[in-house]
Amino acid sequence: MSPNQSVHPPPAQSARVRTAVRVIGITAAVATACTVWLGLWVTPPDVTQGNLVRLVYIHPGVAWVALYLAFGLAAVASLLYLWPRTRGLFWDRLAAAAVEVGVVFNVCTLISGSIWGKPTWGVWWAWDARLTSTAVLLVLFLGYLALRRVPAEPEVRAKRCAFVALFAAVDIPIVHFSVLWWKTLHQGATVLNPDLSPTIHGSMAWTLLLGFVALTLVFVWMLLVRYRIGVLEDWLGTGELDVALRERQAEGAPLDEDQAA
Amino acid sequence: MAPPAPPSPAVFLHDAVALSGRFPLLAGVDLEVAAGETVLVEGPNGAGKTSLLRVCAGLVPLASGRVAVLGLDPVRQRLQVRRRMGLLSHASHLYDDLTVRENVRFAVRASGADPTRIDGACERWGLTGRVLKTGASKLSAGQRRRVALAVLTARWPELWLLDEPHAGLDASARRTLDGLVAEAQGSGVTVLIASHETGFVEALASRAVTVTGGRVTASRPIVSPGAAAGPPVALPGTDGQAVGQVAHVA
Amino acid sequence: MWRDAALVAGKDLRIEARSRVALSQVAPFGILALVMFAFALGPDRSLMAKGAPGLFWVAVLFCTVLAVQRSVSVESVDGARDGLRLSGLDPAGLFLGKAAAIAAQLLVLEAVLCVGVVLLYGARVEVPWLLAVSCLLGTIGLAATGTLYGALSAGLRVKETLLPFLFLPIAAPVLLAGTRVWQSALAGGIPADGSQWLRLLAVFDAVYLALGVVVFGPIQESA
Repeated sequence: MSPNQSVHPPPAQSARVRTAVRVIGITAAVATACTVWLGLWVTPPDVTQGNLVRLVYIHPGVAWVALYLAFGLAAVASLLYLWPRTRGLFWDRLAAAAVEVGVVFNVCTLISGSIWGKPTWGVWWAWDARLTSTAVLLVLFLGYLALRRVPAEPEVRAKRCAFVALFAAVDIPIVHFSVLWWKTLHQGATVLNPDLSPTIHGSMAWTLLLGFVALTLVFVWMLLVRYRIGVLEDWLGTGELDVALRERQAEGAPLDEDQAA
Repeated sequence: MAPPAPPSPAVFLHDAVALSGRFPLLAGVDLEVAAGETVLVEGPNGAGKTSLLRVCAGLVPLASGRVAVLGLDPVRQRLQVRRRMGLLSHASHLYDDLTVRENVRFAVRASGADPTRIDGACERWGLTGRVLKTGASKLSAGQRRRVALAVLTARWPELWLLDEPHAGLDASARRTLDGLVAEAQGSGVTVLIASHETGFVEALASRAVTVTGGRVTASRPIVSPGAAAGPPVALPGTDGQAVGQVAHVA
Repeated sequence: MWRDAALVAGKDLRIEARSRVALSQVAPFGILALVMFAFALGPDRSLMAKGAPGLFWVAVLFCTVLAVQRSVSVESVDGARDGLRLSGLDPAGLFLGKAAAIAAQLLVLEAVLCVGVVLLYGARVEVPWLLAVSCLLGTIGLAATGTLYGALSAGLRVKETLLPFLFLPIAAPVLLAGTRVWQSALAGGIPADGSQWLRLLAVFDAVYLALGVVVFGPIQESA
C-alpha cells in the first residue's frame, strides 16, 4: 500500500457554512461602502470639530471590535478550551483567529485615535485610561501571537496560548483601573480632555450605528476566514501522521516486507 | 468453583500511540506486566524503549489507546502514580549547586518517602564521607547514576522503571545493582528494565519483550540462568494489523 | 501543599546561597540600571529625585525578569524539571515555593535598590512604612506572575526573549501602583491617597496567587 493513499482529503466545509461566510462578506462590504459614502459625503460636519468628526463613524466601531469583541471572544474561547469538559481544538483556533484579527483592529483603533487626537489635543498620544489600555492590550495580543509561533504540538501550543490569554484577560481590567486612577488622581496641569464625543443626532446617529454594524460584520467575516485557514493548516500537519505511523512500524519489520513482495 | 479474578496488572498498555509533535514515539503498544514481575525491554536504538517507560510514568500522554499503571491513569491521577513509582532515566535530575547529600535529601522528601532511609541507601551505593559533601557539578557520570540509584533505593517504590540502568556504572556498581534488583524482586516490587545490554540483565528478568518500530514485536520467557532461553515468539500481526494481548508468564 | 512549598523554597534559597547569583549579578545590575537612568535624566538632581519612585520600580521589574530567568534555568540542567514532575510534588506547592524563593530574593534586591535610590538620587523618605508595605505587596505580585510566566516559557528555546515581552505588560499595574505609593512616601511627592493603590496591589496579588495555585499543574504538564 503506497503511503500516499493514506492522506485524507481536507475536512469539508458544509455548503451552508460556505454560503453563510459569503453572505456575511458581501453584507460587510456593502455596509462598509454605505458607511463610507454616508460618512464622507452625506452627513454634515460638526459645529465644533468640523470634518474631523467623521472619524466618529470609524473609531468607536474599531475600538468596540478590538477591545470588547475580539478580546472578549479570545478570552472566552481560551477559557472554554481550558475547561476539561469543553476542551477542543475548535476553541483554540477560534481564540487564535480572534487575536490575530483583533490585532488588526487594535492598530486601527490606535491610528484613528491618534489622527483624531492630533488636531483636537495637539498631541499624537494622550495617557488616558482607554488609549493606554488599548496599547497594553496590543502588546499582550502580540505576545500571544509570538507564543503561537513557537513550534509545538497543537495541544501543547493551544494550552500555553490559552493560559496567556487567560492571564491577559485578568490583567487588562486591572491595568485599565490603574491608569484611570493614575490620571484622575494626578492633579497635574493637563487640560487634555480625552472625551471626544461630539453631540450626535439625526443622520449622524444612523451612520454611526451603521458603522458599528459594518465593522462588526467585517470582523466576523475575517474571523471565519482566518478560522478556516487555521483548520487547513492543522489538517496539513495531521495528514502526515498516518504516513509517519506506517514508516515507524516499518522500522521494526523489514523481513515482512520482503516476504510479502 | 470459579477461579479467583486475576489481580490487576502493574502496567497495562493497549494499542498505545504516543506522539512527539508529528513523530510517533509509540505506534501501538500492547503490554501487560503483572505485579511483582520483572520484565526486560529490549530493542535497537530509537525503537521506543525510553518512550515506553516515560508513558508509564505519565510524562507523555497517549494520543490513542489505553494505559493503566498500578490500576490508575498515569496522566489523570499523576500525583498518586508518581509517588508509588520510580523512574531511573538518562538524566539524573541533580542540582549542580547542592551537595550529594542535599540532592538525595530533597529528592526523597519531595516524593514523600522516609528520610531516615537516606543514610543506608547512600552507604549501599558507596556515597560516604567526602563524596556526600561534594557539589553535584563535580561528579562523574557514573557517580551521578549512583546518586540517582541511591534515591531510588531510599524511596523503594512499588514500581521501578529503569532506563539503561547499567550505563556508566563500574563493575562493583553493577553488582550492587544486580543485588538491588534481586532484592526488589524478593519484596514484590514490579521492575521494568529497558536495556540493550542483554548480557547483564537477563539473569534478573523473568520475561523479555522486544520493542521495534514503536511496537512490542516479540516476547520470550527467560528461564533460570544457565539454561537456554526459549526461542523468541513473534507476535501475530506485526506486519501492521492489530496485535492481540500478550500472555504473561506466571 | 504548604509542606511541599516550604521544601521547594528551601531548595531554591539554598541553591541561591551557594551560587549567590542574585547577590553578585542581579543586584549590581539593578544598581547599574539606576546609574544608567541618572545618565539619561541628566545632571539635574531635583529631576532625579522626582523620578526616583518610578525609576526604582522599573529597576525592580528588570531585576525580577533576571531573577525569574535564573529560577527557571536552575531547573533546566540535567532534566531537573522532569525530576520535579516525577517526584509527585503538589504543583500548587511547587508554585508557591518557587514564588516564595523569588520573592525573598526580590525583597533583598529592593532593599539594596532603596539604599541606592536614597544615595544616588537624593530622595528623602517621609513615610517609611508605606514604602515597606508597597514593596512587600508589589514583590508578592511580581513573584507570582513571574513564576507563572517562567513556567509557561520554561521549555522553549526562545524563552530569554519571550519572557520579558510576555511578563512586563502583566506587571504594569504593579509599576503604576508602586510608583504612586512611593511618590506619596517620598518627600515632595503628591499627597495622594496611598491606600487605594495598596488595595489594588493586594487584589492583584490575590488574583495571581489564586490563579497560579490552580493552573500551575496543567502548565507544568504541557511544557
